Amino acid sequence: MLQVGLTHFLIISAVLFSLGIYGIITRKNAVMVLMGIELVLNSANINFVAFSRFGNFGLNGQVIALFVIILAAAEAAIALAIVLNIYKTFTNVNVDEIDHLKE
Amino acid sequence: MEKKFFMNFYDIAFYLFAAITLVSALFIVTTRNIVHSAFYMLFTFFGIAGIYVLLGADFIAIVQILVYVGGILILLLFGVMLTNKITNVEIRTGTVHMLPAAIATAIFMSAVVAVMIWTEWKSEPAQIPLTTTKDIGYLLINDYVLIFELLGILLLVALIGAASIARRDKE
Repeated sequence: MLQVGLTHFLIISAVLFSLGIYGIITRKNAVMVLMGIELVLNSANINFVAFSRFGNFGLNGQVIALFVIILAAAEAAIALAIVLNIYKTFTNVNVDEIDHLKE
Repeated sequence: MEKKFFMNFYDIAFYLFAAITLVSALFIVTTRNIVHSAFYMLFTFFGIAGIYVLLGADFIAIVQILVYVGGILILLLFGVMLTNKITNVEIRTGTVHMLPAAIATAIFMSAVVAVMIWTEWKSEPAQIPLTTTKDIGYLLINDYVLIFELLGILLLVALIGAASIARRDKE
């Protein structure tokens, strides 16, 4: 059991995913929500690389992990641009106070 | 004997990186100071890079450090600095419904971890080459060439889009 195998990496990834979800749903600040999303993406990446190592199908998992990193970078840039715009409009970035679409 | 020592070293390294990753991730989602969260995120990214190295993914580990620490983390810090009033010390985040969220996340986490433990994973460790860079490059321009080009376009679009969204002037 203490011998490190595939299960250990999957557990790390599951715990990291849960922490990311917790961060997403409890934080008010939009930048903190973004940090939670980054944690979730990283946990998915650990799964990809772990299965690439322990399943016998070459390096495909690592390439997919590379794509996920690229998408995370693009997502962070766009999301921060949107957050800056929200800040210019509402002078705060708390996701629970920006509810102008609600009547 | 030599083999056994090596395995032990591998296990110790794994538990070290796992502890760094999970403890700093816990601090990220519990501390109320956003700047502290951003700095804990540095440790999380380094821990994850170490886990990638243990999985034989050296190129991904370097990309992780370059892109996440060098790019995304700096971007997040800029986001923190530009969206808070720095003049007062209040760089804090509020939280909403902590207790239900904690309970729900704990239930979710135990379910997923139980599935991970009790599933009989078919594990046949592949012979990972010593350096993966050459093979990843080969895959990128053969099997995945379409996705590779599309991601190039996507990055260009994201760059232009981010610049135009963030710099929109008031009419």
